[in-house]
Amino acid sequence: MAIDRSTVESVAHLARLSISEDEVRQTTEQITSIMGLIDEMQAVDTHGVEPLAHPLDAVQRLRADEVTETNQRENLQANAPAAEEGLFLVPRVIE
Amino acid sequence: MFTSTMQWEAVIGLEIHVQLSTKTKIFSGASTAFGAEANTQACAIDLGLPGTLPVVNDEAINMAIKFGLGIDAEINKVNVFERKNYFYPDLPKGYQTTQLEKPIVGAGHVDIMLDDKSTHRVRIHHAHLEEDAGKSLHEDFAGMSGIDLNRAGTPLIEIVTEPDMRNARQAVAFARKLHSIVTTLGICDGDMSQGSMRFDVNVSVRPQGQEELGTRTETKNLNSFKFMERAINKEIERQIELIEDGGTVIQETRLYNGDTDVARSMRSKEEANDYRYFPCPDLLPVVIEDSRLEKLRAEMPEMPEARKARFINELGLSDYDADVLSGELATADYFEAAAKAGGDAKLAANWVMGELAKTLNQNDLDISSCPVSAEVLGGLMARIKDNTISGKIAKQVFEALWKGEGANADEVIQAKGLKQVTDTGAIEAIIDDVLAANPKQVEQYQAADEAKRGKMVGFFVGQTMKASKGKANPGMVNQLLKKKLG
Repeated sequence: MAIDRSTVESVAHLARLSISEDEVRQTTEQITSIMGLIDEMQAVDTHGVEPLAHPLDAVQRLRADEVTETNQRENLQANAPAAEEGLFLVPRVIE
Repeated sequence: MFTSTMQWEAVIGLEIHVQLSTKTKIFSGASTAFGAEANTQACAIDLGLPGTLPVVNDEAINMAIKFGLGIDAEINKVNVFERKNYFYPDLPKGYQTTQLEKPIVGAGHVDIMLDDKSTHRVRIHHAHLEEDAGKSLHEDFAGMSGIDLNRAGTPLIEIVTEPDMRNARQAVAFARKLHSIVTTLGICDGDMSQGSMRFDVNVSVRPQGQEELGTRTETKNLNSFKFMERAINKEIERQIELIEDGGTVIQETRLYNGDTDVARSMRSKEEANDYRYFPCPDLLPVVIEDSRLEKLRAEMPEMPEARKARFINELGLSDYDADVLSGELATADYFEAAAKAGGDAKLAANWVMGELAKTLNQNDLDISSCPVSAEVLGGLMARIKDNTISGKIAKQVFEALWKGEGANADEVIQAKGLKQVTDTGAIEAIIDDVLAANPKQVEQYQAADEAKRGKMVGFFVGQTMKASKGKANPGMVNQLLKKKLG
């Protein structure tokens, strides 16, 4: 299966990634070659094989419902580009 | 209003987000307590910082299972979390951790009672566990939006129904039933005004008799039963009008503003709907052991349907009364406590659905904040039953109790001197006065034939009751009057 540039552009848009013209060309080639690998895997007969949700053959551990986290707002917001009145600030979202 | 010449049928399905009442988030040990200062309960995991690892909250799993057991659903013993990828500032990770292919709760059902008192089954397609997002505050921060992530990571179950409802009233009856189920199970506080339960409604219309479904729209985030009913009716009308005018319904997400009663299109679904789901590599499959299921099954409380059946079979209530009284946890608890304290279930049903409901309504109050407790109302009912007061005086006592004029019925009856007069001599004395004051009516009564007397005696009963300020025992007044009038 070949991936065209419009697919790459739309995936980049969904992930909010800005990629240059060169990168579009390069990424299209790379993903197409990855798809070739996937095509090979698709050809394997998996009839009767349970889909795998995780490569590790293990089970999720659960934690008790107890508060263990403390307020770290000051530390966490020190990393944010902008904060005011305890809120993270982001470019305005219009809906 | 518009009039339609064609017969249309609406088809409604719901998606409901229920906030689970765990103490902590679904994947972190940050508190979920409501009302904290912005971002003081959002930890590094909730913020999706690099290097963090989510760990699933045991209690969220239990609560989801309880919901499944409460709607007779299959529990998927192996269930898997996936990433739903989309970009929005209140979702700092860039994906919502949710379930898709293997949700924790499989198909189940909820029965509702329709207006014609028949039972209608709404099938549940599945229910899955997921995390809530934060909140965007679109107030003016110099052209910026403020983000509060305290809610991010709060555990939700999203319940998806089959399109089994045909009008807004059915949808609301279902929503109320679901509210009663989750509050009875104790897995959600049910506070809709705080967003603890949020309803998305999918609506389409088709000509009556047509098999094929019409194009549906989704109206999101309705957080009251009243708004939900209005929004559905409005959308049904809009779609019918649109089609009859030669237009076509497009699949879109709509927003309804309850305060202005206006709905508008938010975004059309075709372009945005690419969430690129994949199993979350940070989380292993959750496996539910039989022992856990058995333990939870043993802990299940009495569900609304079972409670309704008990109200009918053990307390002798009608189907209708039992349905109304079991329909909401707080009402059902209140009713049962009042019935027990007053020693009469039917009388309690009449009071809770009548005088109490009316007064709560007039004061715009919930039964959970009722100033007259179930025990106090029971005490009042006991005084009706032992003939201390009549039903009419009881309403007066209730009013006084509502206003806080006395801690219980006995105090009010005592203070206001409302005790019923059951002394024959005293009642006879009042009757004598009434008869003496109305000689003409007495003459007419005695001249009338037996058939007419029944009605005519009412006048004297009324006068006597009035003269006794409502305190004479009505049964005795009737009896003594008939004897005296001959």
